[in-house]
Amino acid sequence: MAKANRVDLTEKDYKGAESTMCRGCGHDAISASIMRAFFASSVDPRKVIKLSGIGCSSKTPNYFMNQAFGINAVHGRMASVATGANVGNHSMIPLGISGDGDTSAIGLGNFCHMMRRNVNITYVIENNGVYGLTKGQFSATADEGTVMKGGKINDMPAIDLCELGITLGATYVARSFSGDRKQLAPLIQGAVAHKGTAILDVLSPCVTFNDHSGSTKSLKYIREHLDPLHDIDFIPPYENIEVDYQEGTDQEVTLHDGSRITLHKLGHNYDPTNRMQAVTALHAAVAEHKFLTGLVYLNEERAEFIEDLNLCDTPLAFLDQEAVQPLPDTLDRINAELMK
Amino acid sequence: MPVVNDLSISVATANGSGSASSNNILFKSIFKMGIPCSSKNMFPSNIQGLPTWYQIRANGDGYLGRKDVIDVMVMFNDDTSDKDIYRVRDGGLILYDDTKPLPDELKRDGVQYLGVPANALVQKHVEAGPLRAKQRNMLYVGALAYLFGIDMETIREVLSDTFGNKPAVIESNLLCIELGYNHMKDNGLSQSLSMLEKIPGGNEGKIVTEGNTACALGAIYGGVTFCAWYPITPSSSLAEALERYMPRLRKDQDGKNTYAIIQAEDEIAATNMVAGAGWMGARAMTSTSGPGLSLMNETIGLQYFAEIPGVYFIIQRGGPSTGLPTRTQQADIQLMHVASHGDTRHIILIPHDMKSCFDLGRKSFDLADRFQTPVFVMMDLDLGMNLWGSDPLELVQEPFDRGKVLDADGLEKQGSFARYRDVDGDGVPQRTLPGTEHPLAAYFARGSGHDDQARYSEDEKDYKEVLDRLRRKHDTARAYVPKPLVEVQADVNAGVICFGSSYEAVREARDRLRAAGTETNHLLLRALPLAAEVREFVASHEVIYLMEQNRDGQMAAIFKEEYPEFATKIVSILIYDGLPATAGEIVRQVEEHREAATNGVETKVDESWQKQIASI
Repeated sequence: MAKANRVDLTEKDYKGAESTMCRGCGHDAISASIMRAFFASSVDPRKVIKLSGIGCSSKTPNYFMNQAFGINAVHGRMASVATGANVGNHSMIPLGISGDGDTSAIGLGNFCHMMRRNVNITYVIENNGVYGLTKGQFSATADEGTVMKGGKINDMPAIDLCELGITLGATYVARSFSGDRKQLAPLIQGAVAHKGTAILDVLSPCVTFNDHSGSTKSLKYIREHLDPLHDIDFIPPYENIEVDYQEGTDQEVTLHDGSRITLHKLGHNYDPTNRMQAVTALHAAVAEHKFLTGLVYLNEERAEFIEDLNLCDTPLAFLDQEAVQPLPDTLDRINAELMK
Repeated sequence: MPVVNDLSISVATANGSGSASSNNILFKSIFKMGIPCSSKNMFPSNIQGLPTWYQIRANGDGYLGRKDVIDVMVMFNDDTSDKDIYRVRDGGLILYDDTKPLPDELKRDGVQYLGVPANALVQKHVEAGPLRAKQRNMLYVGALAYLFGIDMETIREVLSDTFGNKPAVIESNLLCIELGYNHMKDNGLSQSLSMLEKIPGGNEGKIVTEGNTACALGAIYGGVTFCAWYPITPSSSLAEALERYMPRLRKDQDGKNTYAIIQAEDEIAATNMVAGAGWMGARAMTSTSGPGLSLMNETIGLQYFAEIPGVYFIIQRGGPSTGLPTRTQQADIQLMHVASHGDTRHIILIPHDMKSCFDLGRKSFDLADRFQTPVFVMMDLDLGMNLWGSDPLELVQEPFDRGKVLDADGLEKQGSFARYRDVDGDGVPQRTLPGTEHPLAAYFARGSGHDDQARYSEDEKDYKEVLDRLRRKHDTARAYVPKPLVEVQADVNAGVICFGSSYEAVREARDRLRAAGTETNHLLLRALPLAAEVREFVASHEVIYLMEQNRDGQMAAIFKEEYPEFATKIVSILIYDGLPATAGEIVRQVEEHREAATNGVETKVDESWQKQIASI
């Protein structure tokens, strides 16, 4: 019998429809990490809302957690749809899936303002540097100097979504690689546990349009240039596991729900709660042509958006008439005021 | 003998000079006298300096549309004086600041000039300071009060209503009003145009408000819980009215909000937030005007196709492009009707007065939920931003219609669920809300092609089935949207149709036509899709005068498409200069058409429609 988690579901309950991505696409690996993370954290898919925009990545919510409600919205606007959905029913757990075109080009403005509001969401960018569905144009995260299939060279600097997130108010910022499930799954678990905007910029090679030599987002290039900040463990609040904690080289952060993230330092002496250090490290990595991965930035202090709105406990979507319609004599009073 | 209670006053000032306050006192004083009156604010898209005109009409017979002529021009803006002297009618009155003598080029024949040395008086009596220039405007209030018979007692009451807890403000304003009043009185100045006389009991129990406020209150009583918006004239004051009223009306017992209002970063964000909240099941709305509506189009299509409710209050202004942002028009009808790419059809509710702003504002949320689609409340600047006297807002007490929402019990009982299946044959599918804890509840909403179980599909049969059902759903709505208000007498062959802010001008125009021997029947259109009663009205008249405030007859085009067999009997009456419609212009256009018809002159009929009819 398959192993069940704390909400009595097995891994099978986290599956979705069969993927229509190209064989070997990084996005499918990310979907697998998502399923693993949600299963491991015992999140009931029926409490999850899946949101996406347009593009290859935005198709993937169909391929996991089919017991969750989902919406595949218009191009670039998932951040705003998620903002409305989070406020409309804050008891649901929002998981946004987007791509680099969706987020860094057409939807950049709305993405920025979602982070500025610190809307509670796990926002995954499946970043391959190209537009896949329209057959291989550069996106705004294509690195300077990278070569398109056919030889065209990208002259413009890439938009660094992690740096943007740190600057604009996202409170959980991570970068990872689709092929590194060991790192990605706990980062997703941490993002879901975190209250506020969690950005996961996940390098996800496009095997069809961006896997050639000269491309800085090819599988080979990415693998050769990965620079993990730390090894990462996620421990849910209900697990009383003592992690082998090494004073001086390990760092543990406790999230609001009591879950813990343990970071085992590698080459770097890196503290993700230090905002300036995070930005500096990202800049240095670009200069050195490295992909810094891991939990880049974490801020557990800032309130999430619905706290700023002072929302009532009952989700807005489920307030009944009695709760929202003022009494008729209140209207009489308003009328009396309008007679002045 | 001067006429009684028939007067239009246009006040010309510079924007930002404090005239909003003095104009408001003037208008409310006339209202308090019990005289039916209306105000039209012709303001610029500007914060300070550009010209603005405020036109008040007092009319004992109760006509509240803008008056065709200006009887009195208050000439308090040097920048526009050279034109303002010709805006007033022959025989009218010009009130000006005679601190300095009137230059020769501002003198014209056939009008009376009266001066009040407003500048000199405020310099002498009001302490120097930033308020002095603004106080100057109170002088014309006093001067007009004396000239036309508004007593100081009424003005005092209005000042106290307006500035209740600020006695110093009341005193300083009163001082200036009295300066103007006494100057006219002490110098024996008078006019013989018209006098204002109190109407005992007139306006008693009436409110004064703007359509945007009435819509916001309607939305609150309609149970709105979510509003995302972006500032744009002339719609901002609707969301701002929500911001004003909600904290007072919508707290739970813990003092927490049973609503959220989000000022978005742009209209694209606003509409997508509405889509997100609506998908979850919250009663969600936005308010915007033409440019915002243009930006929202893509997501309106998503809401139409994925069947997500949402209410769009559209306060129309002069287009195209930036157009005239602070003037009124009804030129976004087609943009609403078929908003977004592909085949769409949308429900549009059309208020025409303060009470219907409230009532349709409320009702719009029921219709959005019932039909799981965007619903437009079509407003315009005149209705939305100008002050209108009205009977009190009235609440129709009825349970919310949340439409075909299946909860966990419903799903259990039914044993199956297909999100986009036409279970009842009315085109309206069943819906579940995220958070419904039942294994059958979840579905995947999408703007891409889908089958009746919400699965991605590019199959031509699936696709066409959805498109056809959506059309069926729209047709079902005909019986649910507000019915037109119809005034019909037997043996009248001409029908007039209008909607929205045109109503008052049309009502007056019909009375004038009647006085001149032309009877008309009337239909006040209150919604799209067109209800059966509209067709009946069009069918039973020989000629239909369809009055609207745009260049191309946008509503007429919708009528002609719906009723091709009647297309040739529809004559468009069009006013689109950005100013609120007047009865005189409507009468002129109707008479022009009737004359041409009588003389056998070919009237303007769109030939393409004739061809279409021939092919039927």
